Amino acid sequence: MNGGWFRIYAYGFLLFLYAPILLLPIFAFNDGAIVAFPLAGFTTKWFDQLWVEPALHQALKNSLIIAVSASILSTCLGIFAARASTRYNFPFKGGIIGMIMLPLVLPEIILAIALLVVLLGVGIPLSIYTVILGHVLVCTPFSIAVLTAAFQSLDKSLEEAAYDLGETPASTFRLIILPLVTPGIISSLLMTFTISLDEFLMAFFLAGTESTLPVYIFSQFRFPKSVPVVLALGTVLVVASIILLTIAEYFRRRGIAKTGGKDTGGFL
Amino acid sequence: MAQTAATKSNLPARAAPKQRSEAASGLLMVSPTAIYALLLLAAPLITIFTYSFLTDGYLTVELTPTIGSYVEAWTNEVYRVVMLRSLGVAMAVTLVTVVLAFPIAYYVSFYVEPSRKSLWLFLITIPFWTSYLIRVFLWKVILGFNGVVNSGLLGLGIIDEPLTFILYNTNAIVITLAHAYAPFAILPIFVALEKIDRSFLEAGRDLGESSFVTFFRVTLPLAMPGVISAVMIVFIPTIGDYVTPHLVGGPEGKMVANLVQVLYLKLDNYPLGSALAVSSMLLVGLVLVMATMQLAIFGYVFKRIAGQTQLILAIFTALAAAQALLAVVIALWLVTGNAPLTVVLGTAVHVVALLALRRKRSAL
Repeated sequence: MNGGWFRIYAYGFLLFLYAPILLLPIFAFNDGAIVAFPLAGFTTKWFDQLWVEPALHQALKNSLIIAVSASILSTCLGIFAARASTRYNFPFKGGIIGMIMLPLVLPEIILAIALLVVLLGVGIPLSIYTVILGHVLVCTPFSIAVLTAAFQSLDKSLEEAAYDLGETPASTFRLIILPLVTPGIISSLLMTFTISLDEFLMAFFLAGTESTLPVYIFSQFRFPKSVPVVLALGTVLVVASIILLTIAEYFRRRGIAKTGGKDTGGFL
Repeated sequence: MAQTAATKSNLPARAAPKQRSEAASGLLMVSPTAIYALLLLAAPLITIFTYSFLTDGYLTVELTPTIGSYVEAWTNEVYRVVMLRSLGVAMAVTLVTVVLAFPIAYYVSFYVEPSRKSLWLFLITIPFWTSYLIRVFLWKVILGFNGVVNSGLLGLGIIDEPLTFILYNTNAIVITLAHAYAPFAILPIFVALEKIDRSFLEAGRDLGESSFVTFFRVTLPLAMPGVISAVMIVFIPTIGDYVTPHLVGGPEGKMVANLVQVLYLKLDNYPLGSALAVSSMLLVGLVLVMATMQLAIFGYVFKRIAGQTQLILAIFTALAAAQALLAVVIALWLVTGNAPLTVVLGTAVHVVALLALRRKRSAL
């Protein structure tokens, strides 16, 4: 029952999945300006250079502002939608939820140009705020996916008991529902933060003259000289993302366990 | 006593919100998110759809309705070739990704202990969330002239000179995108496999089917919803990918998104850019409709014959039917070299075939 060939295949596939991420630190610590084999020795100089790039620091600052705003906004919107879709039946439910979830499957380029055209048409100047608008659009479906799992496993009778004991809908939400879905909300915040931090295309189209980390990285690919520094930056980002996602996963599982649901695994 | 009175006087106030109908409560609850999506998603999408039917003026868009942009997008050699390539790449990526993903989903669902399934899924999704740009760039390093693959194969003495067909062309795009979208394909298939009642499989084996036949007659059909979602979730976004063709595709590997970007940001031709974007989505939609019909035909033939004769015969007949239809599509593609035309005609052929089968069934 151990799967024989499937097991070997599965481990091989994991290796394929992780190949780029495993190579990343190898080249980030490689003492050679050209990113290719053979390796030229160990160095941390590429990491040292991260401290002295003003453009990078500005991009990082922008990215953090955008990611924090987008994660909070999209999680708030996610709470409304996930709560509505798990608790109520209402007309056009499929259509409305489908429209909200659309960015999950639509190519980002289409979302980006569509938003760009409308923003320019309305006369809103491009800035990091327009990037936030775009990122909220992209992040909300993921937030809903995480939160739906948290809300779905919620026992409706707990809520009814609260009403019977004299609580208002608002206080029931605050005292009963919110504590139970808090892990889901934290998971959603962390996950949407990671998505926003990593999102390139929306920022590329909507940032105007501003820059975010991915936009900065993309611009540096044109200069072979700065590629090792970018890989050092990438190593830092990957480590940060993995830490954030691990914490998110911890809270996601705790949230499902707390409300007594069964873990179906994954965010979809 | 006073307390009871207070509770009573509170009752109507508490009951009032509950009197609001469930539909109204639900709509009210979903409205912030729905309005956001309406304003920043639906309205912009409708706008580019409208733009695609307008005329491009100097630095402006004129309000004269025209289908000129579509004519340009579907007949001009440059756009036609790029659309054909994008469609081909997206289909190849979908095929590779889903075929590679299925065994993983199967392994995790059927062979991994329940307590370790979450860990496996987490491991599979992690690479998906980490710096997309850097991962694409690293594929350049892996596939490049002095890359990991070439230096590895040279070192092992398998090849004498570096392979060049794996970077700066559509092969590189397919490899990179198949890697990027693997988790997206694995998860829906896994979810579908998890839902399969394991006693069905035992029943199949108890009734004397080999595990191979059980797989094809029970597991695969029941996993189909997951496979279909995997196909959709990979196929639709990949046709519009921008970064991968830009970084690893080389000059001959531009895809629709790259052209749309140039038309929008460099040439300022919004109507043509919009027409290309809408056309690519139309292509994706039609191919999906076609694939669904192919599947319906496949399933129909399979069911009709499986009940009467041997299973193997059924499989071969179904494959032959599917193959014949696919051959028509490929022939059309080769003759016309025109992706939109092929897809439109292909869809028509499928509709006719399905209707014909339906008629035959009702006649029997």
